[in-house]
This record gives sequence, structure tokens and C-alpha cells, in this order.
Amino acid sequence: MGRLLELMLNGRPRTDAVADNLLLLDYLREIVGLTGTKTGCDGGECGACTVLVDDRPRLSCLTLAATLQGRRVDTIESLARDGRLSAVQRGFHEKLGSQCGYCTPGFIMASAGLLRRNPSPNENEIRAALGSNICRCTGYVKIIEAVKYAAELHAAGASP
Amino acid sequence: MNETVPARNIGSYVPMIDGPEKVSGRAKYTADLIAPGMLAGRIYRSPYSHAEILEVDIAEALRLPGVKAIVTGADCDRTFGVLPIARSEHPLARDKVRYRGEPVAAVAAIDDATAKRAIGLIRLKVRELPAYYTAQAALVPAACNIHAHRPGNVERDVLFELGSVEQGFGDADLVREASYNCAEVCQNQMEMHAAVADYDRERARMTVHASTQVPYYVHLMLAQILDMDMSRIRVVKPHVGGGFGCRTETLNVELIAALLAKRAGGCVRMMINREETFITHRGRPETDIRLKLGLRRDGRITAVECECYQRGGAHSGYGIVTILYAGSMLYAIYDLHNVKYIGKRVLTNTPPCGAFRGHGTVDIRFAFESLLDQMAHELELDPIAVRRANYLTAPTFTDNDLMVNSYGLPECVDWVERASGWKARKGRLGNAKGLGFACSHYISGASKPVNWTGEPHATVKIKLDFDGSIVVLSGAADIGQGSTTILAQTVGEVLGLDLARIRVLTGDSEVVPKDNGSYSSRVTFMVGNAAIEAAHHLRRVLVEAAARKLEAKPEEIECLGEIYRAGAQDKGLTFNEVVTEALRDTGTITVTGNYSTIPQSHGGKKYRGAAIGGTMGYSYSAQVVEVRVDEDTGVVSVDKVWVAHDCGKALNRLTVEGQVQGSVWMGMGQAMSEETAYHDGLLITGNMLDYRVPTIEDSPPIEVGIVESNDPHGPFGAKEAGEGSLAAFLPALTNAIADAIGVRFNDLPVTPDRVFAAVEKRRRAHNGRSRAA
Repeated sequence: MGRLLELMLNGRPRTDAVADNLLLLDYLREIVGLTGTKTGCDGGECGACTVLVDDRPRLSCLTLAATLQGRRVDTIESLARDGRLSAVQRGFHEKLGSQCGYCTPGFIMASAGLLRRNPSPNENEIRAALGSNICRCTGYVKIIEAVKYAAELHAAGASP
Repeated sequence: MNETVPARNIGSYVPMIDGPEKVSGRAKYTADLIAPGMLAGRIYRSPYSHAEILEVDIAEALRLPGVKAIVTGADCDRTFGVLPIARSEHPLARDKVRYRGEPVAAVAAIDDATAKRAIGLIRLKVRELPAYYTAQAALVPAACNIHAHRPGNVERDVLFELGSVEQGFGDADLVREASYNCAEVCQNQMEMHAAVADYDRERARMTVHASTQVPYYVHLMLAQILDMDMSRIRVVKPHVGGGFGCRTETLNVELIAALLAKRAGGCVRMMINREETFITHRGRPETDIRLKLGLRRDGRITAVECECYQRGGAHSGYGIVTILYAGSMLYAIYDLHNVKYIGKRVLTNTPPCGAFRGHGTVDIRFAFESLLDQMAHELELDPIAVRRANYLTAPTFTDNDLMVNSYGLPECVDWVERASGWKARKGRLGNAKGLGFACSHYISGASKPVNWTGEPHATVKIKLDFDGSIVVLSGAADIGQGSTTILAQTVGEVLGLDLARIRVLTGDSEVVPKDNGSYSSRVTFMVGNAAIEAAHHLRRVLVEAAARKLEAKPEEIECLGEIYRAGAQDKGLTFNEVVTEALRDTGTITVTGNYSTIPQSHGGKKYRGAAIGGTMGYSYSAQVVEVRVDEDTGVVSVDKVWVAHDCGKALNRLTVEGQVQGSVWMGMGQAMSEETAYHDGLLITGNMLDYRVPTIEDSPPIEVGIVESNDPHGPFGAKEAGEGSLAAFLPALTNAIADAIGVRFNDLPVTPDRVFAAVEKRRRAHNGRSRAA
């Protein structure tokens, strides 16, 4: 079975016919073509597919697209504004919070979600917010630095 | 007026030049290459560990509407493998299956759901054979041979004795022997394996995009497996989500995708899942080590005897090299003379092992640094003083003929001793807290390539055209370590140009020069040197053009990057003016830089395989780990790590720090929680919850000290930075636990279960003694 899904995707209204069992992850990657959201595991283990649904981090691999009727979904592709990186993107780039880059969209979306609800998190709050994302390259040290730096940029006026 | 000066590009903190793509979601990885009409590939895998194949029945699957191609072992009788002397693996099993999960057949269909249904219709008939899941079981004389050409299931026996261990142990004041077991671990890089193979039947050409560390090997193996001329094959490496060694070898994933694409006459996207990525494996083998050391009262090591068994899995893979590294790399860190090594690489009915970060050196280093710590304790010597008593003096050659030109280990040791407050804090933290220390080292590229063709080890080309942009062409595979950035930095440094002028093109065999790939930490050293040579050639061309235009001699020309001038009073020419002049006679300029290792670095001939371990430069690392042990739960927390790494010269301090922190942390995973476990050959840890990778909440601050020993052959003095710091974490952790609670762990990983059991055992023994008293 399927239905017409209407949602706000990266700030634009969008309508698609989707099967009831279609995962949000597959909707984004295979139907819309937004491949910035990554698949890193067989379901709910790694956080690479994290997106924001109404500003809250959500694993798109455990979410049915059809449940998002009328909701606001933001992916990694939505963050840059007018060709400039957002605060979190800049943090991950400049502080080397990203090496191979594969977990990066998930980490960045989880971090953006954190800064949207808590603009100046301490280190423990950063660790807690990113506790369900796995990175295999960095050892997380520079990811923490990246989020701290992003919070500073955000405080200075940059969008998260 | 601001004086123009050449841009400086090395030695500072430089974000990766491909970072903006990665943080914006624009970076394309293999699975992201979605095209209309492409087929979905899936693999049917053996449910048996060891069996003779009687029949693979695909008739019903072929009848399923939407199925476009099915291939089985019957379609390819050719073998592949990373070592030319051990290519014994079929992309799809023929005659026998040798591990649970080995590919037997594969389907290409119009969509994934159809491919999945077709897989369910394939029938495999077999005659089961006895299966062996440990090295010991496979070595039993009555065991049947997993491969006919490897009698007794021994992939490789290694034996050497350099000096006399009998005499060495005779000279010792203390001789101790211990056994160690390190569980098998897997790279578990974030990107699951993927390949997109596109066969053009009209022109008989194959294009393969693959998540690989060595596109060149993929190219060679595709030609071999597909029986196609290499000129008809194009291999592209898109962005790659990590590798850590498992993608050094060509994997069955890309070969099967290509077989399907050729059969279907179309484009096949093969994306295997996390469990299949674990099964494809190529991780670090389970290793059993018996180590015996002789020590004098002054801390000098008098003899080393080491016996090492590796459970290699069902195919040869890198096995011969891994078991040789484990022996050869006993050397080149301390001044050792009487050394005996017995190594056995064993074939078993488990997924094939491969080259994992720190290839061959990690488990041996764990044993060595553990026993050294234990013996230092027994002799009441400071573990750091014991290391100091055994330093090498560079330049030197080791007893097994390894060339050591730069040796920053003493500075690494001094740095961590100072930074951690070792002298004041060691043994005095109390409350089940402790400090542990250890050292490690690694090569900067294997001095002999796997495929010896006589070509240079690395070739880099630079193109300069009317637009004045510098285009660096290299086959070096950036897998997240930052090699593309290093290439831009080295070229920019020689030419004095800002990175904004420099573009780096990599990863497409149609365009870039061949490269031996990203393994054994070779890229910065070898490709970096080739890039420097190419940049010097280009600079010479530009200086000569400027000299012509300015009517001066080339040696009078001063290159300031954006300005070329003939003396300080001269207003000079802009870079674009020099380019225009340089292009007048030849048009588009291309220059080439090459690099080859020197014969003295190729290792010796004192035993069979003694070339393994030879390199142009060894990196060195020292670590102090601070732990807290909860004796009621067995949970060990790492509170802090201090690590110093001798990388010769940090071309990019940001990426050096990132590589060193990542290495230390990966060592932590192996030491504390990671293990691939099997039940009768069935992988039972094939996901990221059961294969327990440390999360951000488990992971400590890691403070990095960079030591620069300026290697005489390194690019601007640089050596490797991405592997050498992994190994020291493991023994530094167990040494710290011994310091904290007085219990020594010789088996990895040190899980809370093991700690709890050991603490309980000690408690009971203690209570028993109390009662007896």
C-alpha cells in the first residue's frame, strides 16, 4: 500500500507517492536523491543517518517516511546558507571533526539539533547528545572541539 | 608596500581541502552513485563453514521476473588475492565453501526487493566437511586440508634466530615467560563495502567505482577475474569512508559486481550490509603469543624468544606478510641482539583476515611491552628507565638488516613522562587508579611493493595551463587520512603558492598516474616525495621562463610564489605573466615527479621473507594511559591518554593530531571491548552493538605531543603518523590496570567480565589466606 506524503523537506514543500513500508532513509537517498544522509549499519546502531524532524534528531533508518505527514525534515543539505557553511559545518571542517566524512552528516545533524535546543552546551552535554553516533576515525576528541567551536560561532551569530 | 613572500603551506594546522564537501553532504561515496536503470546486486552466501559443493541450483531464481543476471562459481574459474604468491581465492566459491558467509552466487535484479527474493530461491547442495575454528584445531595432524596446496593448514611457517638466545638468556639476571591471547578484531570502518560496476557491451569496456584503498589492485584483479585486457577497464575511487587496511586487498564485492554487470550487460550497484561487511572481514587475526625475555639488572634486554600463532581464516589474503611482520618488527624499536622467532600462520574455517592498521605489529607489541613492564616491576626498575636502557642509536641497521635513520623515541618518552607527571604520580594515585606506559613503532611504507614491476614507487604529475591553476594528478587514495591535502601542501610549499591555486585530482585510472595505494602508511612518504620532485621540475620551468622574459639568468631569478623577479629592486612578473611566457613554446605544461626507495631500505636476506619490515623510515610512539577501575563492576575507565609520536616532521599538525588520536582510540577499542566472535563458524558479533566500538561517552581526552626527528629521506623530513601510535595503547592500558589494582591481564579485550572475574578470584584467594591464617 502507499499514500501521498506531504512534508516540508529542507525548507521546501514537497509531495511524493510513497509505499507504507518505505524508510525515511531510503526516501531521502533513493527517491529524492539527497545522498548526504548515510547508511552505516543494519538499523539503529551507528547514527550515520541522523536527520532533524521538527528540529529533533531522528534516525532516518528507523523512521517510516509515511509517518512524517505535515512534518518538517532537515538533512545535512539544508544547513549551508547562501553558499556559506553553518556554524556546526564550519566547526567540523576547521577543527577536523571529520576525517573520512562518512559519519559526519549524522554527527553534524545531531550537533545542530543540540545547538538548536541548547546553544551553549558543556562537554558532558555534548557527549550525551552524540552518544548514539559512532565515528571510527577521530577518537571523538576533535569532534568535541568542533562542537564547542560551533557553539562559539553560533553565539556570534552564525546559524547552527 | 607589503612585500610579497612565498606562501608557507607546511607545519601548521591546515583543514582538509576536501572538508567542505564532507561537511555539506556533497561528497559522493560509492553507494551514493545512483543512476536511473541501474540494477541492484545481492550475494547468496554459504550457510556452511566447510563443505564440498554438489550443486548450486539457480533455475527457479532465474525465472523470477525482474532478475537480469545470476552468477555462480561456475562462471569464473580464476583466482584473486593481494599477494602474487598466494592468489587462491575465487570471487564466488567453486568446489568448496570454506567459511560461513563465503559468496556462492550473486543476483542482479531491477530492484533490491526482487534481488532479495531471488536470493531466497537459490538452492545449495553440499557434502559437509569437518570445520576448524581455532588455529590449534586446524593444526591437529588428523585435520583435513582446507586448501589442497597447504598441507596441515599451515599458510606459512617462519623461523629465525639471529644471535644466540641461549647465550642471551644465560647473560640475564631475570628471565620470564608469559602467554598472551589477542582476540580477532575488525576494522569496522563506517562505510559499508560498495561497488558500482558498469559494463559497456558495445565497446567491451568495464567501469568500476569501488570503496577501495588501492584502485590499482582492483584494476589488476578485475582484469584477471574478468579475463579482460587492462586497457578496457577503468577504476574510480570515489570518497571512501575509512578502510584501516581491510580495503587494501581487492574484495570479492567489487569483483562480483563486475561479474554481474558483464553478465547483465549493464550497471550494477552492489551495497553489502554491515553484517556482510564484517564477514568480508580482512581484520586482525586472533593471535596467541608465547614470549620469553631476558633482562639484566640494569634493564638491558639480553634475549627475546617469541612464538606466534595467527588464526588466518579461510584464505591466504595477506597472511604470509602478517606473520612475517610480527617477527621482523620485534626489531627497529629497541637495541636487540639475541632474538628467536617462531611464527605460524594457520588456515581456519573463519572469514579471511587481512591487514589491519599496525599490520602484524600490534599484538606482538602488546605482549612485548606487557612482559617488559612486568619484569621492570619485579626488578624494581622504572618501566621508563628500562626503555631508556635499550635505545637504538641512529643511523643504524638492526640485526635483521632494517635501516633506521631517524629515531625520535627518546624525545617521545621524555614528552609523555613530563606531560603525564609520571615521576610524581606513578604508583601513587591510590583508589584503584593507575598509570601505564608503553612504546610502539611502525613503518612509513613497505620498501618493496607487493607487485614488483620495476616502476618507481610513486609518480605524481602536475599540469599547468593558461588559467594558471596548478592541477596535481595522483593515484594516491584519500580514504579520510588527508593524503589529498598533503599533496596540495607539499606542491604549494615548493612553489610558494597559496592552496587556493592548487587543485588535486585523484582516484580515476582514466586520468591519474598509477599509484600503489594507501597501505602501510606509504603515501605521505612516497607520494609526498614524488610530489615535491614534480613541483621542483615545474618551478624550474617557471624560473627559466621568468629569466627569458626578464633577460636575466635563471640563477638570478627569485621565486616568491605569486611574483618572480630578478633581484630585490625588480618589480618582477606576476605568476600569470610567468605562466604565459612558459606556455609560449610548449603549450600546456606537464611535469612528472617520481620516487623510489633505496636498496639499503629493502631489508635483508638472513631468513626467508626478511624483506618484510623494510622501510625508508620508522615512526615512534610513547604513551601514558591513566585508568580508574571499579572493582565492584569490573568497569575500567580511561581518564586520560598522553601520546607522543615521532612523525619526522608534521606537514600538517591538524591531521597528524587527528591520525594519532584516531590510532590511540582504535587501540583502545581492541584493548577494551572489540572482538569478532563466532559460534561454530557463525559470526555472532556482526553488528555495532555486539561488536562493541567505544562511543564518545567512553572515550578519553587524548593529548598529543608531536616529535620531529627530521628524517633525512622524508618529504621535508616527514614520516608516517597514522598507524604507529595504535599498538602502544594496548599494553599501556594493561600496565595501567596492573598499577591500579595489581592484576595483570594477558588476554584481550579486557572486558568488565574479565576484570570482575579476576578481582573476584583475587578476593577469594585473599579471603582463603586470611582464613588459613
